[in-house]
Amino acid sequence: MSDVEEGQSASPDSRPGTGTEASRREYWKRNRRLIAVLLTIWFVVSYGLAIFLAEPTSGMRIGQLPAGFWWAHQGSMFVFVGLIFFYAWRMDRLDREYDVHEDED
Amino acid sequence: MSVESWTYIMVGATFAAYLAIGYRNRVADTRGFYVAGQGVPAIFNGAATAADWMSAASFISMAGLISFMGFDGTVYLMGWTGGYVLLALLLAPYLRKFGKYTVPDFIGDRYDSNKARLVAALCAIFVSLTYVAGQMRGVGVVFSRFLGVEIATGVFIGMAVVTFFAILGGMKGITWTQVAQYSILILAYLIPAVAIATKLTGIPIPQLSFTASDIVVRLNQIQVDLGFTEYTQPFQTKSMLDVVCITFALMAGTAGLPHIIVRFYTVPSVRAARYSAGWALFFIALLYTTAPAIAAFARYNLIDSLHDTPVEEARSLDWVESWEATGLLALEDRNNDGRLQLTPDEGTNEITIDRDIIVLSTPEVAGLAPWVIALVAAGGLAAALSTAAGLLLVISSSIAHDIYARLINPQATEARRLLVGRLMIFLAIVVAGYFGINPPGFVAEVVAFAFGLAAASFFPVILLGIFDGRTNRHGAIWGMLVGIGFTGSYIVGNRFLGMDPWFFGISAQGIGAVGLVFNMVTTLVVSRLTAPPSAEVRVLVASVRIPKGQAHRAEPEPPRSSQRSNPQL
Repeated sequence: MSDVEEGQSASPDSRPGTGTEASRREYWKRNRRLIAVLLTIWFVVSYGLAIFLAEPTSGMRIGQLPAGFWWAHQGSMFVFVGLIFFYAWRMDRLDREYDVHEDED
Repeated sequence: MSVESWTYIMVGATFAAYLAIGYRNRVADTRGFYVAGQGVPAIFNGAATAADWMSAASFISMAGLISFMGFDGTVYLMGWTGGYVLLALLLAPYLRKFGKYTVPDFIGDRYDSNKARLVAALCAIFVSLTYVAGQMRGVGVVFSRFLGVEIATGVFIGMAVVTFFAILGGMKGITWTQVAQYSILILAYLIPAVAIATKLTGIPIPQLSFTASDIVVRLNQIQVDLGFTEYTQPFQTKSMLDVVCITFALMAGTAGLPHIIVRFYTVPSVRAARYSAGWALFFIALLYTTAPAIAAFARYNLIDSLHDTPVEEARSLDWVESWEATGLLALEDRNNDGRLQLTPDEGTNEITIDRDIIVLSTPEVAGLAPWVIALVAAGGLAAALSTAAGLLLVISSSIAHDIYARLINPQATEARRLLVGRLMIFLAIVVAGYFGINPPGFVAEVVAFAFGLAAASFFPVILLGIFDGRTNRHGAIWGMLVGIGFTGSYIVGNRFLGMDPWFFGISAQGIGAVGLVFNMVTTLVVSRLTAPPSAEVRVLVASVRIPKGQAHRAEPEPPRSSQRSNPQL
C-alpha cells in the first residue's frame, strides 16, 4: 500500500518528462511495483489466510464460521474483485501522470 | 400451469431472444467476426466474459461438488476466481494493446516464429475442443432432465441455435448473446438461493446468511453426530500441498485459457480491458460466493429432512418423489427399521444423493413456483450455450485465422477469410455436437488436461513475453516443450496408465502448477544462453507495455470491405 501514498504525494514539480525513454522505463517500474504489492496481498489472502493458516485459525470465528473456512469460501473472492478494480483505478492515474494514456474518443 | 409448460415457455422465449440478438449483430468483416469490432464497453464485456467462463458445470454441478467436499471445495472457488487477478494485472491490458485477434497471433509475433504460432494454435484447438464437447452434452442433459426429450435431440436444438448466431455474428453476435445469457443464468441462480436462505435463516442475502446464521455450525454438529468429519474441517479429501497446487493450476489455467483471453481483445482500449476484468470477476463472484451458501444450506436441509425420517413420510415429499424418479436420489431402507439413515459407511448408508441435485432441486425444496424451476432450466442452458459459443469461436479463429490466413494463404482476401472463418465455426459445431451425443469416456480426465496445459504452456509463455524482454524464441519453445511434456506425461501416466502420483503425491489436477514452474525456469535459462530477440521484437515488447500509441502491426491489413461493424449500444 506504500505505493499509493507515494503516488499521491508526488508533487507536480517532480513530474518526469513525458514520452522520453527514461520516463517510460520509470512508468514500467512503478507498474511492476504496484503489481508486486497487489499480488502479495492476493497470495497472503488466498494461500496464507485460506489455506496455510486454515488449521491454526480454526478456533477463530468470522461471523459464525471458522476464520480459514470463511476466507476460503467467501472472503478471498471479495478481495480478488477489490484488487482488480484498485489496480485499474491506480493505473488510470499512473497513465496520466506519465502521459501514456490513450486518447479519449 | 405445470413445470413442463413453464419450461417450454422459458426455454422458447430465451432461445428466441438469442436468435434475435444474433440476427441484429450480423457482421461483414473479420474484425467484427473475431473481435466484435473492438467496440464492446467494459461492463458488457465483463458480463459476456462471466457467461463465457461459467459453464454448465459451474451452474449445475459446482455447488453440489462443494457440498460433498466441504472446505476442500475451495480449490474450485478460489481456483476459478483468483486467476482473474493474474489475468487483469499480468496479461489482459498488454494483450489488448497488442490488439490482434488471437493468442497464437501474440505468441507467433512476439517470438517471431511460425512454429510457435502453429503449436499455440494446435494447443488452443485441443483445449477448446475438449471443453466444448462437455458443453454440448450439458445442453442435451438439461433438455432431457427438464423436458424429457432425448439427449441427442437436445444437442441438435442447441447446435442449431449456436450455429445461427455464431455464424452470422461471429464474436459480435456471441458477445451480445452472452450478455443476455449472463442475465438469465444469474437470475436463475440467485432467486432459488435467496429463497432457501430466507427459508432457513430469515436473512435473504445468501452470502450474509451463510456467514451470520448458525446453519453451518449446526451442519458441523450433525455431521459429527452421524460419524462424518466437520463440514468446515480442512484437508479431508486432499492434502494441503495438493490443495495449494490444484488451486494454483486452476488459477494460472484460467488466466491462460484462450477463450477467456480473446474476450479482452474486444474492448475499445487498454483502460477498458483493466476495468472489464474487474467487472468480469464481479459478475462471476456473484455466483461463486453464492454457491458455497447453497452447498451448505442444501446439505443441511437434505440431511435435516431425510435423516431418521420414516420412509413413508420422506416419500410423501413432492421433491423426493420427483428426484427419486430421475435416479439422482436413491432411498433404501436396508435395515428395515422403517426409517432412513445417512451414514459414512457404504454398507449401511440408506440415502444416496447425486451432487447435481443440490442446485437442481433447490427451488422445489424451497417450495418455489413452477416458473422458477423453469427459469433454472433456462439458466443451465444459457450457461452451456454461452461457453460453447466462446469456445467454438476460438476453434474457428485458430484454424481460419492462425493456420489458414497466417500460415497457409496469407494472400487471402478479406471476404475469403470471413468465409473460411464461418465454415470453420460450422465444422467445429458439427464436431462438438458429435462428441456431445457420443461423449468419449475420458471427458473428465481431459478437462484436467485442458487446465494443466493452459497453465504449463500459454500462461508462462505470454507472461514472460510481456514482462521479460530477454525471453527469446528458443527459450519459449523449449519452455513450452518442457511444460507440456512434463504435465502431459504426468496426467496421461496417472489417469490412464495407473502411474502413482510420484511427484510429492500431487494429483493430475494440480500438476500443471509444477509444469508452469518448470516451463518458466527452462524459458529463462535457455533464453539467456542464446541470442537476444531482434530489434523488431524489442519494439513490440516496448509498445505493449504502454497504453498510448498505435498497436504493433506485424502484418498488413487485408483488403477490407467497405461496411464496418459498428459498436452496439
